[in-house]
Amino acid sequence: MIAQLAMATGFALILIGFYGALTNRNILRMIVAFSVANTGVHLVLVAVGYMNGRTAPILDSAVSATEAVTRIIDPVPQALVLTAIVIGMGVTALMLAFAYKLYEKKRSLDIGKFTELRW
Amino acid sequence: MIKRAAALLLLTIIGGIFFTLLTGYSADENLNLTAQYYAENTAKDIGAANIVTAIIVTYRGLDTLGEVTVLFLAAAIVGLVLARSRGAGAAQTVKAPVGELLTTGSHSLLPLILLLGIYIFVNGHLTPGGGFQGGAVVASAMLLLLLANPVKRFNHRLISIIESFSGFSYVVIGVLGLLLAGGFLDNRILPIGEFGQLFSAGAIPLIYSLIGLKVGAEFSSILSNLSEAEEL
Amino acid sequence: MSALILAMVVLLAVVLIGAALVAIKGKSLPIAILSAGLVSLIASVLFLVLAAPDVAMTEAAIGSGLTTFLFFFVLSRVRGGEND
Repeated sequence: MIAQLAMATGFALILIGFYGALTNRNILRMIVAFSVANTGVHLVLVAVGYMNGRTAPILDSAVSATEAVTRIIDPVPQALVLTAIVIGMGVTALMLAFAYKLYEKKRSLDIGKFTELRW
Repeated sequence: MIKRAAALLLLTIIGGIFFTLLTGYSADENLNLTAQYYAENTAKDIGAANIVTAIIVTYRGLDTLGEVTVLFLAAAIVGLVLARSRGAGAAQTVKAPVGELLTTGSHSLLPLILLLGIYIFVNGHLTPGGGFQGGAVVASAMLLLLLANPVKRFNHRLISIIESFSGFSYVVIGVLGLLLAGGFLDNRILPIGEFGQLFSAGAIPLIYSLIGLKVGAEFSSILSNLSEAEEL
Repeated sequence: MSALILAMVVLLAVVLIGAALVAIKGKSLPIAILSAGLVSLIASVLFLVLAAPDVAMTEAAIGSGLTTFLFFFVLSRVRGGEND
């Protein structure tokens, strides 16, 4: 139940982020919307790995190595999301640097003012 | 108006796909085969208590090498794009002083934050955390330094030396694993040691510390490049 | 116990969606950026409930900490462009 709820929230965040990226005219607002959608994707992936009544994939005195198979949740999506968060921050930094460059060129952040590649 | 309608239509289609995914989802009762292998063999093969760390550093070590390379490329391109926009130094506008509280506070907090970052990435194989989280905490110490003194210029040469040293050592350890143990980035070039101790899990603490230094240097370079860009 | 956790997840989900709506529709850009940081922060609490402490730490440190500051650095460099 918790997993389904978190997954629904993640899907809602992705949709909200896409809506913001498609309808906003300001480049910085589009980047903010993309980072919201990014968080939604992370939420969905982590929710896929969750299993009811199990605990985090860390072995200690509470979860011994022998009973790990029946006690821990799937660690693979977590490793995947860890990678995705770090790369997502790098991509956001790149988008921001390009937004700064575009502002330097046209002195405006309105996407409608950039008409060079329009068709 | 037509654009908004098109956007809403697209979102309805994507939302429909998501809805079928959500209603068709049922949680697994047991671990799948890959996860089961990791759960059974991590403790005796790798010796790390944190299975996520074992996957990131050893089982999927090559992917992590690719990941830090992608992050390095992102930091390098941010530096390249902003290179000509950097303030000439003398032309900087004089900003208002940041205040006594922030200056004094940053002096006393900086060593503690650095210590926390190093603690997080040295203990990556035992507790939640590791190179990426620790690197981000180290970079946030640099951020505090930037906030306390906005006209400060970081030593970019030092950052790039730390970055290339840790990246090079990471690859050297990987090749050593190929020569001395079972394969590229195998952690058994050092003794696995006693499960749950700080000096255990072979080369994992060493590799994760190098990743932490590299990630911290890359984040610091992105932050300082963006903060040194000239005000337009 | 389980009902308590379920109630907490429902609360977090409602706050998440509200903050996301503010992040894309908010009147001023600084508030939108702060709301995007809030989305990351609440999501990191949700990751902790979903038994993923590693991901929770990463999201809190990188997603809600450093990214928000990157946005503000760029925002302070493009004065005048925020209302286009």
